[in-house]
Amino acid sequence: MAHDTVHEHHYHDPANVTNPEHAEHHIVTPLQYGFVYIALLIGTLLTVLAADQNFGFMNPVIALAIACTKAVIVILFFMHVKYQSHLIKITVACGFFTFIVLVTMTLLDYISRAWGLW
Amino acid sequence: MDNSIATTEPLMPRETAVHEEHEHVFIPQHRHHFETEEQQREAGSFGMWLFLLTEIMFFGGLFFAYLLYRNWYYDAFVPASNQLSVPLGGANTAILITSGFFMALGVWAAEVRKRALLVLFLILTTVFGLAFLGIKYVEYHEKWEKHHIPGASFDISEFVNPPKDAAGKPTQHALPPDVAEKTQIFFFLYFAMTGMHALHMIIGIGLLVWLIARAQRGDFSSGYVAPIENFGLYWHFVDIVWLFLFPLLYLINRHPLQ
Repeated sequence: MAHDTVHEHHYHDPANVTNPEHAEHHIVTPLQYGFVYIALLIGTLLTVLAADQNFGFMNPVIALAIACTKAVIVILFFMHVKYQSHLIKITVACGFFTFIVLVTMTLLDYISRAWGLW
Repeated sequence: MDNSIATTEPLMPRETAVHEEHEHVFIPQHRHHFETEEQQREAGSFGMWLFLLTEIMFFGGLFFAYLLYRNWYYDAFVPASNQLSVPLGGANTAILITSGFFMALGVWAAEVRKRALLVLFLILTTVFGLAFLGIKYVEYHEKWEKHHIPGASFDISEFVNPPKDAAGKPTQHALPPDVAEKTQIFFFLYFAMTGMHALHMIIGIGLLVWLIARAQRGDFSSGYVAPIENFGLYWHFVDIVWLFLFPLLYLINRHPLQ
């Protein structure tokens, strides 16, 4: 069976011994860092300009959207998460997910205490 | 080699088994309890990220407090927040991003084993970190002079009688004294959040000085990148905290809801 052949091949993959995590050390180039740097500076400029305009209740939403975009860029490229193993990617995602769960659940409690007064 | 047996059979002479498969290359930083150097590096990154997750929870509590109190005392938070200087905060954001850029270049310099460049980039990271703290000092000092530090000597006059612009129009909506007192909560959170952030930067700069000395000695220019890489993760995390502090504290109250 072709499936067995493939399995056998992976089973004897020498990398299982030499690199059990199948993690490779990816080097991000200075040019890529340069692009990231410029993107972050543009994001900063945008958030300052957006704050000068009156978007009503959307002002904080826009500011946070830009901040989240910048944070994701930093995490993916400056912190190399884009090039890391699945373990690291899932760990990072779990951290932010847990944080959102904690904020949401705590907020539900506070909002429901003074129901209708918000 | 059957890898599953090797990991479940402690009596098996692992070293011999490994030697059958590949030639042993001696790497000084490779600790004996890790199978390979990649595994050691992966475990190190994983541990660093777990630490950063606890930091997310730590700063997350402060961000949550800000979210809640801003909703409760919105009228007080608006003029208090607008009292901060956007040019100073914006400049500090650019300075911190620049510091993070040089940190990222430092990781690259260590990866391609360029000692002089690594030292240079780490020094630039430190210089921009110190510049950030310098501007932060200017901002804190202004709060001190205006009695905007929460406590017994807090002065609400600027919020009860807002300063007038050239045309004689008040720059902010005047607050009743009891609401104006609540601006202290904004300033308390401002100092708690930016102070905690600044403390992380001071710790980071201490670590940078130590890393510069070791980099100068050549510790990180022969393939041993992990300390630089993991410190980079910490430094970028501190950047990210500021990327959220800047809009939340300085920017989002310029056009208050009526």
